[in-house]
Amino acid sequence: MKLSRIIANTGAWLSGDGPHRQIVVSSRVRLARNLKSKPFPGWAKKAERIEVLKSVKSAVEHLPEMEDAFSENLESLSPLEKQVLVERHLISREHAAKGVGSAVVMNVPQTLSFMINEEDHLRMQAICCGLQLGKVFAMIDQADTELEPMLDFAFHAKLGYLTACPTNVGTGMRASAMLHLPGLVLSDQMNKIINSVNKIGLAVRGLHGEGTEAMGNLFQVSNQTTLGEGEEEIIERLDKVIQTVIEHEQNARTLLLQRKPVTLLDQIGRAYGVLSHAHSISSKEALNLLSTIKLGVDLDLFPEAHRFPVDELFIETQPAHLQKGAQAQKMTAEERDTLRAALIRAKLKNVPEPDIAKITTQPSRSPENDE
Amino acid sequence: MNCDVCQQKDATVFLTQIVGGKMQKVNLCEACSKEKGVNDPTGFALADLLHGMGAAQDIDRTAGGLKCPVCGFTQGDFKKTGRLGCSACYDVFSEGLEGILKNMHKGSEHVGKAPEGFQRTQLFDTRIKTLQTNLDSAVKAEEYEKAADLRDQIRRIETGQEV
Repeated sequence: MKLSRIIANTGAWLSGDGPHRQIVVSSRVRLARNLKSKPFPGWAKKAERIEVLKSVKSAVEHLPEMEDAFSENLESLSPLEKQVLVERHLISREHAAKGVGSAVVMNVPQTLSFMINEEDHLRMQAICCGLQLGKVFAMIDQADTELEPMLDFAFHAKLGYLTACPTNVGTGMRASAMLHLPGLVLSDQMNKIINSVNKIGLAVRGLHGEGTEAMGNLFQVSNQTTLGEGEEEIIERLDKVIQTVIEHEQNARTLLLQRKPVTLLDQIGRAYGVLSHAHSISSKEALNLLSTIKLGVDLDLFPEAHRFPVDELFIETQPAHLQKGAQAQKMTAEERDTLRAALIRAKLKNVPEPDIAKITTQPSRSPENDE
Repeated sequence: MNCDVCQQKDATVFLTQIVGGKMQKVNLCEACSKEKGVNDPTGFALADLLHGMGAAQDIDRTAGGLKCPVCGFTQGDFKKTGRLGCSACYDVFSEGLEGILKNMHKGSEHVGKAPEGFQRTQLFDTRIKTLQTNLDSAVKAEEYEKAADLRDQIRRIETGQEV
């Protein structure tokens, strides 16, 4: 299976359906596993890494769910191809920097991906649309169970699965959901949410994980600890917290509609205006404005039929995706900004102006609506 | 007071956060706080910072010149990278790691999935251990007939004739 065929489509996790689809972009679970007594990738010599790579790769390729999968050593991928995979969250930025001795294996719908010799010998993840952490865990748990007889995983009676970094030891599991929270950001509540989520041992991060900036009002919520709590327990706790965040986001949107309908309409109208008429736009500005358009779709200001094209733009306007479509020599940042603007303009041509009749701009005065 | 990260400049940023009911404090100089993104609340979690730091110093204090016989990893390497060398390192550096893991995680013992093969060997081990204890007490109590039965049962389990 060729990479070009895989990356021609954006993947099932973007186009599929799932619970709380409007707010939860995707759910993801990754497991870290290592082979017994083999040096971890960061400490192993090249020959040792290649040896581990061979055995792990062949085991992963033999999984029934990985039939017709894409499987490639990292040195055979171009920097552009790697970056496309990063933008789709199929491999990490750290993995993209690897070369000889590392590999990636993924299935055609791009719901399962395996990074070999990233920080650990094997990091496998499942990703799905909407809030369905339980389902995503079941998918990756099954793959892990199927790999067990083929690979001798390092497992400690007291500490569980052993990982290169002590922060992952135990279950080796990181479960996360990508949330779109424009309501909380617009009403200045995001810092409060981040602080309270941090307090209960969960982490909130930006678009591409650890140390990245939050763009497009997208936030990742994940578990911080992996030892002393079972997989199901972690997922249940995370799921509950995410449900609460969703509730807060919905409340924030309702309040904005009631109290600041003009601000809301103004933001959405401006986003629509800029995106449909810009001739040069940075990836950050595009993401932030697209987020506002997405909010407009949620609020019925734009027809529901345009949800998927808008969601797709979040991925397609990322630098490597633009370059991949261009087929040309490496573009400069300015050239990308121009192409990005053209791509967005073309797609928004079919999206009608925001239907402002859907929002009442008169603040409600009836006594029962007063607080 | 010196910065906890670079240990050189004066600390001017003081952070306190409660994680899992425990209070954690970090003192940083301005340059390090910027580098760690302290001013950007979305990209910053104190726990991340704490995970990376302190850990290496802990192991340094207790491991005193230890070296992993399997992969040759030393405590100095851990201090540099914050990662371990191989699965055997967890036993070699267990003393220093214990405190680190306690601060990082909810508990100090794994709860959750275990490889099927591991579960079987563990069940096997506990079964043999129980029978052996019974055998010892039977011998002590001079119940030789019971002891002989137990001895035979252990033998049958060990040779795979009985599960």
